[in-house]
Amino acid sequence: MSVLIFIDHSEGHIKKSSFEALTYGADLAKQLGTSAEGLLLGTVNDDLAALGKYGVTKINQVNNESLNNLDAQVYAKAIGEAATQTGAKVIVFSHNQNGRAVAARVGARLKAGVVTGAVALPKTDGGFVVKKSVFSAKAFANVSINSDIKVISLNPNSYKITAGEGSAAINQLNITVDAPKVKVVSVNKVKGEVPLTEAEIVVSGGRGFKGPENWGILEDLAKTLHAATACSRPVADAHWRPHHEHVGQTGIQIAPNLYFALGISGAIQHLAGVNRSKVIVVVNKDPEAPFFKAADYGIVGDVFEIVPKLTEEIKKLKGIA
Amino acid sequence: MKILVCISKTPDTTSKIAFKDNNSKFDEAGVQWIINPYDEWYALVRAIELKEKDASAVLHLITVGGADVEPIIRKALALGGDEAIRVNAQSDDRYFIAAQIAEVAKQGGYDLIFTGKETIDFNSSSVGGAVAELLDMPYISLATKFELNGTTATVNREIEGGEEVNEVSLPVVISCQKGVAEQRIPNMRGIMAARTKPLKVVEPAAVDQLTSVVSYETPPPKAGVKLVPADNVAELVRLLHEEAKAI
Ligand SMILES: Cc1cc2nc3c(=O)[nH]c(=O)nc-3n(C[C@H](O)[C@H](O)[C@H](O)COP(=O)(O)OP(=O)(O)OC[C@H]3O[C@@H](n4cnc5c(N)ncnc54)[C@H](O)[C@@H]3O)c2cc1C
Repeated sequence: MSVLIFIDHSEGHIKKSSFEALTYGADLAKQLGTSAEGLLLGTVNDDLAALGKYGVTKINQVNNESLNNLDAQVYAKAIGEAATQTGAKVIVFSHNQNGRAVAARVGARLKAGVVTGAVALPKTDGGFVVKKSVFSAKAFANVSINSDIKVISLNPNSYKITAGEGSAAINQLNITVDAPKVKVVSVNKVKGEVPLTEAEIVVSGGRGFKGPENWGILEDLAKTLHAATACSRPVADAHWRPHHEHVGQTGIQIAPNLYFALGISGAIQHLAGVNRSKVIVVVNKDPEAPFFKAADYGIVGDVFEIVPKLTEEIKKLKGIA
Repeated sequence: MKILVCISKTPDTTSKIAFKDNNSKFDEAGVQWIINPYDEWYALVRAIELKEKDASAVLHLITVGGADVEPIIRKALALGGDEAIRVNAQSDDRYFIAAQIAEVAKQGGYDLIFTGKETIDFNSSSVGGAVAELLDMPYISLATKFELNGTTATVNREIEGGEEVNEVSLPVVISCQKGVAEQRIPNMRGIMAARTKPLKVVEPAAVDQLTSVVSYETPPPKAGVKLVPADNVAELVRLLHEEAKAI
């Protein structure tokens, strides 16, 4: 009876969302009076024992390089078997891209109830009730998991990562890994940019920027803040910016610490993708723009004037002017 | 080739989200219902395009829900598809829904099963993966592009900060999102044809409900925006640094 946390990685490194899932799983184990263990499929260059600092006592590894690419079918079988071997009663994922590929599969395999998009630790006094984000972040549902084994996937950026002291034991699992049916032909990553779903700070632009040629000032601001860039739907539809930057109800949903909405009106479908951000800053020349109602800080002004000034002031603050 | 597209009914994107009966139920008063946009714009339209290229292809739509879903499934049939199947059951449990779809799919022998990336009401991203597991098929989630060459599919899958290109042999389950296809508007001929397309109702298989919704909550309202004058950008940066501690 333990909590098993799935550790996601790419290009040899463990993802930040997994540090969050590890902290969450360790806190959940404490609440349940049991232990927390990690599960890594494949190989990484990072120090696995060091993950003990997030509160896990053991890292289980299936040391097989074919697992460095994700095939949901192969993964679900391996995770299911690992859960059985380690006696896991709760399996925790991050609700990121790979979590979406495997969490529900693992649930179906183990006949375990699944709650994806969890935003807090479950209530476990007398039941097992998980709070999840629903209606595109406009509400929460408290969902009871009624099966013996439970699967939770945690919304990225919804639980505070805490690191203490500690080192985890490494346990190599002996699991037969199926040959993948899905072949990864190529990987196209935008190099040198911060991935949108992992970013602490996101700088986002809307139609207020008038055209793709004007994005330089937004990119300068993003670079200065080490932020990811995003955009509204019409901007992506007009091909001013790549599709993977489109945030909102029909795009990517994000929850950074800080979201800059620049020249974006704040339509309800846009807000649905960003209103879990901790702090929202709006720059819009129209004082009546609906986005101001959802913002923490705002400037009524022209992005072409305000954005370069913002970059300049932030450089001053960081001592890089 | 046989294609199955999973269709869900969701509130329109501009619906007011409110709850009733002590916050235990979604308040449907005044809500306009639509086909879940990911199911309609991407999964269904891509399936229709595949059928347009291959006249021998058979396209079925499936939904799990009560009789109230029928107008939505007719709307989907107006875009395209040969027939629809409604599993007559109401559930919030994604495993239950997936198991019903898998049960129908087992008998149908489908080569391709499409779902949307998630529904815009429950945001679970769960049904496709669970269906694939129950059918022991490969699953590619969050597809942004889908091409078919004979029985080999080339699929772009979203990953953090980019995409990977996957190759897989049919049968396969795919969850679709933006990029896979472009939204279409149904035409009059489609709407007329949809009226007479078969809509089969099947009773649900006996499946356990592994989860249940206990209650809903709405987030606390924002405190209100702090406006900084346009000629004092330095003050905004100071607030973000000292007050919000965000930079
Ligand atoms: C079913 C459905 C799903 C949708 N999904 C999404 C989604 O996922 N994401 C999304 O973003 N949208 C989505 N939309 C579209 C949404 O309704 C809005 O149309 C869209 O968000 C508007 O984008 P925008 O704010 O960039 O453009 P606009 O609405 O045109 O707003 C531009 C804003 O910029 C301001 N502005 C103009 N010039 C300047 C300047 N020089 N300086 C400062 N401010 C300036 C204007 O005052 C205005 O507020 C969806 C719509 C539907 C119907």
